[in-house]
Amino acid sequence: MKETAGGSVPKWRSRTLTLLVLAFVANTVAIYAGLFDGRRIAPDDAAMRGRSLWQAHNCQACHQLFGLGGYMGPDLTNVAQDRDPDRLRTFIRYGTGRMPAHPLEDADIDALLAFLGWVGLHGRSQVPAEHVHWTGTYIIPNRP
Amino acid sequence: MNGPVRTLAVLALVLLMAALLFGLLAGIAFVLPQTPPWLDFTRLRPLHTTTALFWIVTGAVAVMLASRTDAVGKEPHLPLLHGFLILWAGSLAIVLVSYLVGQFGGREYWEFPPWLALPIGLAWVMLLIDHARALRGRGQGAPMYLWMWTTGLIFFLFTFVEQNLWLLPVIRSSYLRDLTVQWKSNGSMVGAWNQLIYGASLYLAARVPGNEALARSGKAHAFWLLGLANLMFNWGHHLYNAPTAGWLRHAAYAISMAEWLILFDILRDLRRSQAGSTGTTFSQRCLRAAGHWVLLNLILALLMSVPAINRYTHGTHITVAHAMGATIGINTFILLGCIAHWSGFDGARTGRWPRVGLRIAVIALHVLWSALIVAGVLKGWRSMGLGMTDHAEVMRPVMSVLVVFVLAGAAVAGGLMLVVIPLMRQVVIARQEAPTEPRVSA
Repeated sequence: MKETAGGSVPKWRSRTLTLLVLAFVANTVAIYAGLFDGRRIAPDDAAMRGRSLWQAHNCQACHQLFGLGGYMGPDLTNVAQDRDPDRLRTFIRYGTGRMPAHPLEDADIDALLAFLGWVGLHGRSQVPAEHVHWTGTYIIPNRP
Repeated sequence: MNGPVRTLAVLALVLLMAALLFGLLAGIAFVLPQTPPWLDFTRLRPLHTTTALFWIVTGAVAVMLASRTDAVGKEPHLPLLHGFLILWAGSLAIVLVSYLVGQFGGREYWEFPPWLALPIGLAWVMLLIDHARALRGRGQGAPMYLWMWTTGLIFFLFTFVEQNLWLLPVIRSSYLRDLTVQWKSNGSMVGAWNQLIYGASLYLAARVPGNEALARSGKAHAFWLLGLANLMFNWGHHLYNAPTAGWLRHAAYAISMAEWLILFDILRDLRRSQAGSTGTTFSQRCLRAAGHWVLLNLILALLMSVPAINRYTHGTHITVAHAMGATIGINTFILLGCIAHWSGFDGARTGRWPRVGLRIAVIALHVLWSALIVAGVLKGWRSMGLGMTDHAEVMRPVMSVLVVFVLAGAAVAGGLMLVVIPLMRQVVIARQEAPTEPRVSA
């Protein structure tokens, strides 16, 4: 590519920059407005309280949701749908070999399970092979 | 390096040492079959990630300020910089104490109670005002490193604010919107600090006699725009498996594939440089090591950015390998090289240990990186390929590979300490003459 003299700007740079900034602003506004949300499932109060507990106990240090989070424990995206709730309550309250015990009130444990149940309603953490398009990308349907 | 810039560089190096210590302890906690209470992983992980993140950002600000002072011939505005330093370091101290006492409330990488975002954001605003003052009167034709620093500073603030939008009910009440905003901001923030760091390394390269035109070349303009596009849109790979709108996934995939251009350019430069002189100062050794890791990490990133491959790598230790390769192999080596340059470490009598330490760190990082990839391949294959659902069973063979990762991590930490301790001594005693003439014109 040619050198540009000090003080001059190539026209293609200004045009590309303008396009990039416009696309970024449009994309950001669309995301904030919820145009790309996919599935919209409103949470109940228990799920919202469960989310606060999830953050207060830093559960994300060890567990993932949709593959995002720590690596010590399992991904919990679909655990509320796939596992027995009483077993989950026992896990949370008494812990296991590597998971510490969390002596929480029953209502708090139920709120955590409500939060995980809400998360799991949005989809599966693992993408099934049939959703992989021939171009290498995924085509994930927006309805469960 | 003078006054608050030198203090920032010392703070950054202290944070690097803390990140190495917490990382090592977290690694030990991870591989032990049962964790003693004093090795609480839920506290060690945020202590490690936060000190590592703040090492990179603080170090990036320090080398940006040292480079900018040299480039534009104007010292930073002292009251603004003191304000930044007090708010930044003070908030960070409270953040670390809150982790130590188990007070969380935030999100991944920003686990501290949300009110602490206010002083951190305010500190960054002061830095931005200082930057605007320093660059006042410079037009669009300024060299690319000034554009990169400006881009990095603006986008860091933007993404930091965005990271806290979950506090608004309208974002929080939609799980997928919240997840999208969270990883949009996290992904773009990495691009923002990369702009600061790559700008500093471009300035060092352009400072070599004969290279002055480098920062104004058409290639510099093109790669800055490509970096900006990546910063703005490449975060989507974090969300490939979340059922968000397909558009986000496809755009991120397309933008990621544009990085092949960078890879081809690196390979072409590599072939050219094999015949030429490569330099032997400590800074040059660090930058050369970083160049090597850009190549390795870019290949890994390109593969992970293909959704069909990401299906096996997402949520595995391959993601950690990519993060470690980027934060240690690229960011840390560039920052150490820049700090060495601006503190006069290159010309000082430092003995052979820093060079030995750097070599140990580079070799051990290869082992660490490879162990994480093997661990990730095993986990990905057992969970996706074999369809195993029991986490303990999936992880059984992975844990022994992670022991190698922890041992290599100890060697990386040891090697880097051999660099950081004499470098910090040099930064403390370094004096830089006040600039008189700007090196660049607008």
